[in-house]
Amino acid sequence: MTKDTQGPLWEVFVQKKSGQPFVHCGNLHAFDAEMALQNARDLYTRRGEGMSLWVVPSAAITASSPEDRGAFFEPSNDKIFRHPTFYQIPDGIGHM
Amino acid sequence: MANALFNYILRLADSTIILAQRDAEWTGHGPYLEEDLALTNIALDLFGRGKALLEYAAKLEAKGRTEDDLAFFRSERQYFNAIITELPKGDYAFTMLRHAIVDTFDLLLYSALMSSTDETLKGIASKTCKEIQYHQRHSFAWIKRFGLGTEESARRVSDALEQLWPFTDDLFDQAPAEVDLINAGIIPDRSSLKPAWQNHILNLFNEVHLKPNTEAFMQSGSIKGIHTEHLGHLLAEMQALPRMYPNATW
Repeated sequence: MTKDTQGPLWEVFVQKKSGQPFVHCGNLHAFDAEMALQNARDLYTRRGEGMSLWVVPSAAITASSPEDRGAFFEPSNDKIFRHPTFYQIPDGIGHM
Repeated sequence: MANALFNYILRLADSTIILAQRDAEWTGHGPYLEEDLALTNIALDLFGRGKALLEYAAKLEAKGRTEDDLAFFRSERQYFNAIITELPKGDYAFTMLRHAIVDTFDLLLYSALMSSTDETLKGIASKTCKEIQYHQRHSFAWIKRFGLGTEESARRVSDALEQLWPFTDDLFDQAPAEVDLINAGIIPDRSSLKPAWQNHILNLFNEVHLKPNTEAFMQSGSIKGIHTEHLGHLLAEMQALPRMYPNATW
């Protein structure tokens, strides 16, 4: 295999509007943070997709592994007190 | 004065599209995919600005020529682009250093044009300033990477400076007919831009330990349509299709 000379990978997060969450939209190669930011701007926000950008070195992300699915994500449906079904959520609250 | 303005707009347009053409030569040959796209985007910004300027020039001339006629059916001596824009693309250090020099100049020039008494020129300048700010941020970041990078990258950017520096005075040349435009508040006096340009660019060079050879012989002549041998080759490629098929549309 030939050596990869395109630099490390970065994950790109775009915020559509101020106040909204940053959403992961893809990744790219770059040699430093400024370059990653500029490349992200060219690749992901040229058509008004967002107002703000984050770039994060992919290597800095710690991910759960698929084998952990059971232990990590089983929602324990038997413990009903974990689910906020006993409350009325006021209409003013948007995302819960 | 209409003729002087036509020539002036042509001069702005020519520098823009010739640089765009040199940048576009990197399309598909960039150092890596993302940077290939970045420079291609910059070339597109420049072609867009060049088109707006040539449309305005065609309108001022009012002889029925279109922006395409002006771009594709003028020869070397009828082009007034700054010589620095026509030099072959060289390596990436050369391409980025040329951009840093021209971006810094353009940002000052078009910022000044934003207060032009000519409404069309003012409109084009306001749109283009935002683009140039980004181009400058991009080229400056590369010069810092080259200048403070490896021994080889520092050598390459320093070689590029040696080749480019003698063509920087040409950017500031002014045609005698432009004096009327300056007095009418349509365009800025180019010599008034020079101290700020020197300040910005020498600060950048300082930061990355680059030193221009201030003793170098300065080349100029673009104001009279005098060019290096490189422009002819560039135009031959850029104009081949419309000249072979004059009514081609796409």
